[in-house]
Amino acid sequence: MDEPLIFERSRAGRKGYSLPEEKLRTKPQDVIPEGLLRQDIKGFPEASEPDVVRHFTRLSQWNYGVDTGFYPLGSCTMKYNPKINEEAARLKGFALSHPFQPEELSQGVIRLMFELSQFLAEIGGLDAVSLQPAAGAQGEFTGMKVIRAYHEKKGNPRSAVLIPDTAHGTNPASSHLCGYQVIQVKTTEKGVLAPDAVSQAMTDDVAGLMLTNPNTLGLFETNIKEVAEVVHSKGGLVYCDGANMNALMGIARPGDMGVDVLQFNLHKTFSTPHGGGGPGSGPVAVKKHLRRFLPVPLVVKKGTKYALDYKLPDSIGKVKAFYGNFGVMVRAYAYILSMGAAGLKRASECAVLNARYLRERLIPYFDLPYDSPCLHECVFSDNKQKEKGVTTLDMAKRLMDYGFHPPTIYFPLVVQGALMIEPTETESKETLDEFIEAMIAIAKEAQENPDIIHSAPHKTKVSRVDEVKAARELILRWTPKAQDHKIVK
Amino acid sequence: MRFLPHTEDDIREMLGAVGAGSLSDLFSHIPSHLRKETPLRLPPCLSEQELLLHLSALSGSTAHSGSFISFLGAGCYDHFIPAAVDAISSRSEFLTSYTPYQPEVSQGVLQAIFEYQTLVCQLLEMDVANASMYDGASAAAEAVLMAGRITRRPKALLSRALHPEYRSVIKTYCHGQMEIEETGLTKGGLTDLLSLGRLADGTTACVVIQDPNFFGLIENLGEAETIIHRAGTLFIVAVAEPISLGLLRPPGSFGADIVVGEGQPLGNPPSFGGPGLGLFATRDAHVRQMPGRIVGQTVDKDGKRAFCLTLATREQHIRREKATSNICTNEGLVALRSAVYLSLMGRQGLRRLSEIILDRTELLKKKLKRIPGLSFPFNAPVFNEIVVRMKRSPEKLVSALLKKKIIAGLPLRRYYPELKDCLLISVTEKNTPEDIEALCKALR
Repeated sequence: MDEPLIFERSRAGRKGYSLPEEKLRTKPQDVIPEGLLRQDIKGFPEASEPDVVRHFTRLSQWNYGVDTGFYPLGSCTMKYNPKINEEAARLKGFALSHPFQPEELSQGVIRLMFELSQFLAEIGGLDAVSLQPAAGAQGEFTGMKVIRAYHEKKGNPRSAVLIPDTAHGTNPASSHLCGYQVIQVKTTEKGVLAPDAVSQAMTDDVAGLMLTNPNTLGLFETNIKEVAEVVHSKGGLVYCDGANMNALMGIARPGDMGVDVLQFNLHKTFSTPHGGGGPGSGPVAVKKHLRRFLPVPLVVKKGTKYALDYKLPDSIGKVKAFYGNFGVMVRAYAYILSMGAAGLKRASECAVLNARYLRERLIPYFDLPYDSPCLHECVFSDNKQKEKGVTTLDMAKRLMDYGFHPPTIYFPLVVQGALMIEPTETESKETLDEFIEAMIAIAKEAQENPDIIHSAPHKTKVSRVDEVKAARELILRWTPKAQDHKIVK
Repeated sequence: MRFLPHTEDDIREMLGAVGAGSLSDLFSHIPSHLRKETPLRLPPCLSEQELLLHLSALSGSTAHSGSFISFLGAGCYDHFIPAAVDAISSRSEFLTSYTPYQPEVSQGVLQAIFEYQTLVCQLLEMDVANASMYDGASAAAEAVLMAGRITRRPKALLSRALHPEYRSVIKTYCHGQMEIEETGLTKGGLTDLLSLGRLADGTTACVVIQDPNFFGLIENLGEAETIIHRAGTLFIVAVAEPISLGLLRPPGSFGADIVVGEGQPLGNPPSFGGPGLGLFATRDAHVRQMPGRIVGQTVDKDGKRAFCLTLATREQHIRREKATSNICTNEGLVALRSAVYLSLMGRQGLRRLSEIILDRTELLKKKLKRIPGLSFPFNAPVFNEIVVRMKRSPEKLVSALLKKKIIAGLPLRRYYPELKDCLLISVTEKNTPEDIEALCKALR
């Protein structure tokens, strides 16, 4: 039961398109020089509509989504994606409007963006929002650019940024893209940032600190207010990666903790679908004094009219053409209106309850490197199972045989063999109990029958994939000749 | 709340299991002065029916290409999307899945993206493509940074006929990292190759030219390539309307080193400007400097063909600050939609579609030429967009035509002060001959 590539399904002369049959008046070679015309699109498929639909339908059956089952990826917040959001995004005024149409014709969509900005500012405890960044990483980049612009305006951009060792890889990558050197700050054995560690590293040459709260160990940064004071005292700014906001909605707000800049991930906290790798949306919220540096245009309200304001002379410019991933914003907006303040708070409470419950039930079987109370996610390691030669990778693959998508593995880096589990609030107790049973079964197998774990997965479409070979013999596209276009190292 | 399964009994049982008395106990370790005592100030929650009513009102008060005849383009193009594209992309196995880091349970997405990468290479005639970037503008910015890494040169040269928002994004990304210069334009609206020849030197990492350019004009990529490579610079081409490649010779065949583009026109709605799709392709020699995710072909333990993400050592989750880019989430579902769209259109369909568009553009040109008071500042061949000069203010004209439910085009004053009396009019296959006649009638 395999599905060839669409190019392998292709047959010359098959048609999958429908276009008007009208006779055309223009011959391309009459208006465009021959040398600029294309003869053919070599290798492009020719398939009927049934061929194409069957092809992609079969592929979809070999893919696991949140609608298929539990997807406990830490820091990804794989919560249920409401179906009404899909209907919302398809409304014609949203789907078929052009970003350059006159503002007077776009009051509905600009109003949506304005209100979403306000909701996010309220949830994060900050003042001004840009919806332009297309994903969390672009939000981090935008936020760090704002911080750099702030320092440049004061006459010295400074040269470094402090980042804890628990940070997501996008944090140092985004800082580097802004021209900053990364100085790593170690978290304590309690798994959080300590004010004196930050104090030691914080100088007049440090632009700021990038942290995540709760951090990637699922722990609340209890010293965040003191840490922020240390950074501010030396003229620096505090950036918070809001990827883990699902733990805090209505409970606590980064803006109240001394945070100056925060990015949200609409495709995490706010239920928009992950789509196999996007589209996402990473709005950035800032304190009042940083509003002037945000990307243009800002979405504003003038009396009863909504507008796009380009008059921001200190703006960092643009990070994306047009205004951001509007289609994703529609879904997040719909979600926030569906939940309301009480619903969002309940979501965070249940997200934390679910993670705490999993943690409690799994402690007897798996090593827990940090024993502080977790929020919406918990991190275990493979220390107990390594004695029998079973690794986190092996266990992740074996979980697939039990019908679950594995948690995040080998992240954060401060934990060897990390297994980061984030259940989210949309999972029922029964699902969690089934997952716990599977994990306990695997822990048992690790003791009694490790081979079955080493050789996992057994019940999936393909057995364990040779990722080493994939990197050594690069085949990154199909080609007609023997379907190999190898770039061998 | 229908998205939350927990009953009061569930909550009680689970609180008992973790030794907490109430839900707020779960947060007791958060310093009390940091906890929010009052509820968030958000509107009251809406039922599904009320929500749809509210959203329909917002949608209803927004014009769109179904309620107005629109001739807007300028980097966002409204094409007909076959029904099968939505049908496939709304399958929840695709829609609700995550980035395919666990290949054994993600072969669907992985194979689809491998096909997408191949289709992009074929369309652009390049060696290797990534799994997508955010949009054409940020893809162009990343291409410039990539050229800087490859050549170790500090400057980038952008054509002034490159989309103004692409240039803005490139400047933002490159601020503090690379110097940006712009070429001039010829009187005919094309990239001035003489100024290009003067400006491209040993300190220039790359030259970026859009084709067709922002004014819809087809650039002379062959001549540009000679000049650019003579200076040892990398040749980057940006394609804002990839449907044009059904008819036009692809950038790869002119020797481009990196090709970026906007994939939104390939099976994705305008959606008020986003999400887009950043096409990104390069030569085999540069693959290790290419940002973004890449899907590769390999085998499983039993020797069966399988797909997985590869060359992760370029990416942020492995290399962190030494990564080629910070990109993580990209435009997976949008790329999937484009793969479905291109598979349906195929070798013959894309060509036929671009011939139809060219035909409509020629029809528009012919009719506009008969209207007194209008002139054409640029005369080079175009594919789907034309610049028209007028005696009236273009802004006032656009405003007047709204009453006839026509959005006539984009006034160029905001981007090109010397063209403040000009309008950019775009055409797709959704603009019927009747629409074109209505526009021209209204312009007389």
